[in-house]
Amino acid sequence: MQVYFDNSATTRCIPQVREVMDKIYDEDYGNPSSLHMMGVNAEKHVKQAREVLARILKVNEKEILFTSGGTESNNTAIIGCAMANKRSGNHIITSSIEHAAVLEPMKFLEEQGFRVTYLPVDEKGVVDLEALKEAVCEDTILVSVMCVNNEIGTIEPMEEISRIVKEKNSRAYFHVDAIQGFGKLLLYPKRMGIDMLSVSAHKINGPKGVGFLYINEKVKIKPLILGGGQQKGMRSGTDNVPGVAGLAKAAQIAYENFDEKQKYLYELRGRMLAGLSQFDGVRINGVTENGAGTMAAPHIISVSFPNVRSEVLLHALEEKGIYVSAGSACSSNKPSLSKTLLNIKAPKEVIESTVRMSFAVSNTDEEVDYCLTVLKDLIPMLQKYVRK
Amino acid sequence: MYKAFLIKYGEIGVKGKNRHLFEDALCKQIRLSLKHVDGEFLVTKENGRVYVEALSEYDYEDALEAIQHVFGIVGICPMIQVEDEGFDELAKVVVNHIAETYPDKKITFKVDARRARKNYPLNSMEINMKMGEKILEAFEEQGMKVDVHHPDIFVNIEIRSKINIYSQEIKGIGGMPVGTNGKAMLLLSGGIDSPVAGYMAAKRGVTIDAVYFHAPPYTSERAKQKVVDLARLVSRYTGPIALNVVNFTDIQLYIYEKCPHDELTIIMKRFMYRIAQELAAKSGSLALVTGESIGQVSSQTLQSLAVINEVAVMPVIRPLVSLDKQEIIDISEKIGTYETSIQPFEDCCTTFVAKHPVTKPNLKVIQKSEEKLSEKIDELVKTALETVETIIVE
Repeated sequence: MQVYFDNSATTRCIPQVREVMDKIYDEDYGNPSSLHMMGVNAEKHVKQAREVLARILKVNEKEILFTSGGTESNNTAIIGCAMANKRSGNHIITSSIEHAAVLEPMKFLEEQGFRVTYLPVDEKGVVDLEALKEAVCEDTILVSVMCVNNEIGTIEPMEEISRIVKEKNSRAYFHVDAIQGFGKLLLYPKRMGIDMLSVSAHKINGPKGVGFLYINEKVKIKPLILGGGQQKGMRSGTDNVPGVAGLAKAAQIAYENFDEKQKYLYELRGRMLAGLSQFDGVRINGVTENGAGTMAAPHIISVSFPNVRSEVLLHALEEKGIYVSAGSACSSNKPSLSKTLLNIKAPKEVIESTVRMSFAVSNTDEEVDYCLTVLKDLIPMLQKYVRK
Repeated sequence: MYKAFLIKYGEIGVKGKNRHLFEDALCKQIRLSLKHVDGEFLVTKENGRVYVEALSEYDYEDALEAIQHVFGIVGICPMIQVEDEGFDELAKVVVNHIAETYPDKKITFKVDARRARKNYPLNSMEINMKMGEKILEAFEEQGMKVDVHHPDIFVNIEIRSKINIYSQEIKGIGGMPVGTNGKAMLLLSGGIDSPVAGYMAAKRGVTIDAVYFHAPPYTSERAKQKVVDLARLVSRYTGPIALNVVNFTDIQLYIYEKCPHDELTIIMKRFMYRIAQELAAKSGSLALVTGESIGQVSSQTLQSLAVINEVAVMPVIRPLVSLDKQEIIDISEKIGTYETSIQPFEDCCTTFVAKHPVTKPNLKVIQKSEEKLSEKIDELVKTALETVETIIVE
């Protein structure tokens, strides 16, 4: 049995999506910038993709900027916004548990003279709103907080964050890295006070190498990638027509019968959580509650078993056909502990023994049960052999 | 432009009656190395010299690099090869060669001709004189001079069925051709040291087989792939390597269960030696090769090495035994294994390593501990030997 529980790393690109892309690669392969019919046909696909995504988010199609994926969306939002607004101020706020695709651009901006505040989080991984209140000032031009944490699945209180930011400084923009949240949660940027929102296709059963950034039309922003002036000069480079069409198709499918799908994911998660609670000393990192309305995303579980190193458990599960990811990259000569887990004050032993399971709607109850059965065999065996 | 290489070899020239064996091994290793280069090559030995001729289009840099990886070669002379179209044509080629190869003409030279094909109208002395005149005619004004005793360059002209011209010699890697000094089993771990040890043993003409101890799930597929990659990098010097992957998990866990924890590494290594020797005997290897260096880690103190070595019935070659870590790193960078070696994957030695391992083990104590394994260990070793996966890396 092959069980893929690493859907937060990436997902399978589903056949319906590949079909759409294949047809474009095969027939409508023109360059949307070309003046002839082939160009026009290709351009239609891009336009249509924009429409689909705009409808899902309830935004204007002009506000969708296609990119090469989540990392580029985050870089564009953060660096592009900072560059365009440096006259209004040089202060940026983010959380201490962001993905590297946010933290590294922040580090870059610090080198350029910007001041960055990193907000602490509580033991569940929720951003400290009091600290946020204190941090926002006249100089604040941008606040960037993730929608769902990629390691522990905590949903950040986006609307409250936006409200606090706008109350204290109405000119500050709010960016949300929604790479783990899009397709799993209903997201309406305008209603939620989100000015920019990053999305990646391959996390929602779409193709790799494509994503988009929602940018509210009032946001002042500069492009990072310069060239032939595609996408109104905001992102040069020949449009990835098959990619954006595939992205739109994947998004459309993710939001079809959405409530049902979300409920199904919460059920899988709940089933796994219930099974995991049977293990002695097991620890769930982040939010232990489950279900819509909680702070937990429907598809991520971060779990640690005492005295079982994450890498070892990962490979032991792999031998049984189960694929998860290690909570932290850990090895003898390069110990690097997960920042998220450190910031939720997880002890070192917990961090070194954390694995992440992440689900997709294609996963089943049987797979969850199989995984639990395998764990029942493995955990006591692995706990017997620890480094002394 | 260069159609061929003259290969100069060192020590193998002095090996008396066995000389042809050494030359054959050298030719074989050159052919193996050139297999990775696009193009067709002919490697021949003739009157105590080895030639590599390109029979098709080829990439000069790639071919040269491949030849530079072959042990036993001290010098490589890139040669121009032309048909005999009369002396005047030949002179044009030689003058051209000098014009292109030496931008600064303020140098001294000597023409050194050899007439292997005796029906050539000029003898060697005559060629030397006449060619010298032609070269002077072309470059004397720019400062070129003859010096028959200590010239900057020798302009070599060999008259054979074709005519070879060369004046440069590129340094070879030295050593002796792989295959001239038996075969040995390298304990390859994935670290920095063992690939270097393999390289150094091969440099003295030893053919290399390797063994890697894999301990899933404690070591990952990537750790194994890293060892395969390292073996491939070493094989550019040694030729194909038969890499034996031993599943060591059960043995390791059994030792962990039965023996004192601080002795784990020592006992584990003794079993690695035993298994490596079994594999070596099966494949005709005469010795083990390890990357051990005195005092580098707790299991490499002289006391530890002595206790581990006690199980050895074969010679254990330790080419790095007295090198400092930095010296080993320098060689690994030179041979191109360093970048791969430092990828951070666990190997089976580090997985269970004790926080305070013994550094001065006592043989009697270790033997006593090993007695506790008597119930199952023979069976486990047998299974490990039966389930070895052998990968031919080239």
